[in-house]
Amino acid sequence: MAKQSPKVALFITCLGDQFFPQVGESVVRILRRVGATVTFNPAQTCCGQPAFNTGYREEAREVAARNLDLFDDADYVVAPSGSCSTMVRVFYPELFAEEPELLRKVERLRGRFYEFSEFLVKVMKAEDVGASFPHRVAYHDSCHLLRELGIETEPRKLIKAVKGLELVELQDNKLCCGFGGTFSVKFPEVSVAMAQDKLRAAADAGAEYLVANDSGCLMHLAGYIHREKLPIQTLHLAELLEKHE
Amino acid sequence: MSETGVHSSAIHERAHKAMADAHLQEAYRSSTLRLYSHRLQAIGQVPGFEPLRDRARELKREVMNHLDHYLAQFADNAERQGGKVHWARTGEEACDLVKEIVRSAGAQEVVKSKSMVGEEIELNHALEAAGIDAVETDLGELILQLSGERPAHIVAPAIHMTRHDVSALFVDKLHSERTEDPEQLTAIARKVLREMFAKAGVGLSGANFAVAETGSIVVIENEGNIRLCTTAPRVHIALVGIEKLIPRFADLGVFLRLLGRSGTGQKLTSYTSILTGPRRPGEDGPDEMHVILIDNGRIGTLADEKMREALYCIRCGACLNACPVYRKIGGHAYGWVYSGPIGALITPQFVGLGQARELPFASSLCGACREVCPVKINIPDLLLHLRSQTQERLPAAPQAGAAISERKSMRLWAWAMKRPWAFSLGGAFARFGVRWLPGSAGSGAQKWITKLPFFPFSNWTEGRDFPAPDPVPFRKRWEKLSR
Repeated sequence: MAKQSPKVALFITCLGDQFFPQVGESVVRILRRVGATVTFNPAQTCCGQPAFNTGYREEAREVAARNLDLFDDADYVVAPSGSCSTMVRVFYPELFAEEPELLRKVERLRGRFYEFSEFLVKVMKAEDVGASFPHRVAYHDSCHLLRELGIETEPRKLIKAVKGLELVELQDNKLCCGFGGTFSVKFPEVSVAMAQDKLRAAADAGAEYLVANDSGCLMHLAGYIHREKLPIQTLHLAELLEKHE
Repeated sequence: MSETGVHSSAIHERAHKAMADAHLQEAYRSSTLRLYSHRLQAIGQVPGFEPLRDRARELKREVMNHLDHYLAQFADNAERQGGKVHWARTGEEACDLVKEIVRSAGAQEVVKSKSMVGEEIELNHALEAAGIDAVETDLGELILQLSGERPAHIVAPAIHMTRHDVSALFVDKLHSERTEDPEQLTAIARKVLREMFAKAGVGLSGANFAVAETGSIVVIENEGNIRLCTTAPRVHIALVGIEKLIPRFADLGVFLRLLGRSGTGQKLTSYTSILTGPRRPGEDGPDEMHVILIDNGRIGTLADEKMREALYCIRCGACLNACPVYRKIGGHAYGWVYSGPIGALITPQFVGLGQARELPFASSLCGACREVCPVKINIPDLLLHLRSQTQERLPAAPQAGAAISERKSMRLWAWAMKRPWAFSLGGAFARFGVRWLPGSAGSGAQKWITKLPFFPFSNWTEGRDFPAPDPVPFRKRWEKLSR
């Protein structure tokens, strides 16, 4: 754990703010538990990915540019989403490639920008945050987190440290769940079929809970689970790390 | 494009049809999984597979950045070896060249081996229209020729058919005995093909690589039919897309080690033929060797600095096998010759983005394709680039059922996202509005909406429920948390 309490700005994400605020609350409490001082700038809205993902770069730039100045006073910025973190770290440089002044700001931001599990393990050197959850849990690697940020071991370390928990790996555990941002509504049938495969793999592994670090994927999977009344539940990693059972 | 051209807007209908066909789904699922896992096993046995990929990528970059130089070098060397080099700017020009060579060879029958560029330029149609008998000699391609279909996969063109389908097709078209034994089916095809090999005056092939340093073309295969096509007839024509160039003979080792393993999980395919000019006096082989170097849109891709990377592709098909979308919708859904992630990327380059505007969106951008690509093409990034070109350069696509256009809704979205008060107000409106939407309670306090209004949101609830926004958003909860 860092000696001085690092100042961590929370990037809640638009989905996290409007749909899953309990995830944000868990993130705040866990960050505090491992010794961080958490700030929240209410001027934030969205990383801009919905527009970027659909090809509307001008709109994405307008929304993204606002974020470049919002967290200047923080040592770190942490987001409970691999995809939004990817937007900032991987796609912002591309989005602002032609604008040297903004690109400098991007560089300043992306060096301090972390996904939640990555921040806990890499920066705060925390793995066991005191949770206990005696259940069979599977972890779903969300694609941006896995392939754009290369974060694969960190969430598993955190999950394995949860007392009583049994972590099971899914068959084809790196297969996309089918969310894909606006792909989910542009190709809904394919998107849903991919969710079906993922959840079948979870059922085959006997998982009671499916954990991931991206609210987009979780919303998609939970939406299918709820529609089909499947006997499995989704959890964001931050929610899992607050369980005491 | 002709009536056989790409119709990408129909991708949704074709995908729907493919997904409703359980037989087809199983064919795709089992075959892609087999190829995918064979690849994994094969690369596991190669120490330094990663540096090999980097090296291949570097070589392809070198070639694309100096393509004029390498093309000239290849042409000089191929002619020095006694070959004849032709240049085709379009597919039509390439087809005309083939017809001319066939005519001047006095040939009536042509045997073809598998060539994706041949599919791309629709050579079979052109030959048929010219009254030339062309027979596909690759088993998969023969099956497609008989069924009148396009390849469903880059390396396994008849991947969508089971042995049962092939059996029925052979009975129908070749009037053969009914059998589902793969060996007997192959024997039936072989009998038909041997007769053609004996008659054909011209053999056509593609090329996996063209070596600038030596003027050689390199073809790999498992069936042995390419070797026959390129050596038995008196004239051999090789169709070569200009992206097939590699600099030196020594570089071939890098690509051969990658291609077999990435495509089918083989260390090497059963046959690797390196063809350098026609036969020399006293040797076997064709009297004439023609190489047709084909642009057909590639120069345009080369000129686009961002998209240039798409020309690195060595057509191994690994990205198709890895792609969860391809596995579901199948090759034909993409509407043209090339399918899967690489097809979504290069089809717009060939047929125009307007004709293929849906293709860059037919991906969840999961990146599994990039992970397996032997030359590490950043496919998701290029798809994102094409998406932006679609929105910036093309007129808005008509959207049935949309209250306002996608572009207008994105403008509105951006406007609100730049204003936290508007963002919050939007959330409040949504909270208010969902009270009247059909829904059901989930675990805890979560309400799930079973039917969303307004396209494209209504698409979400076709197969999934949608969570109602939380009554108290995080920004309101923060006050309590920060105390």
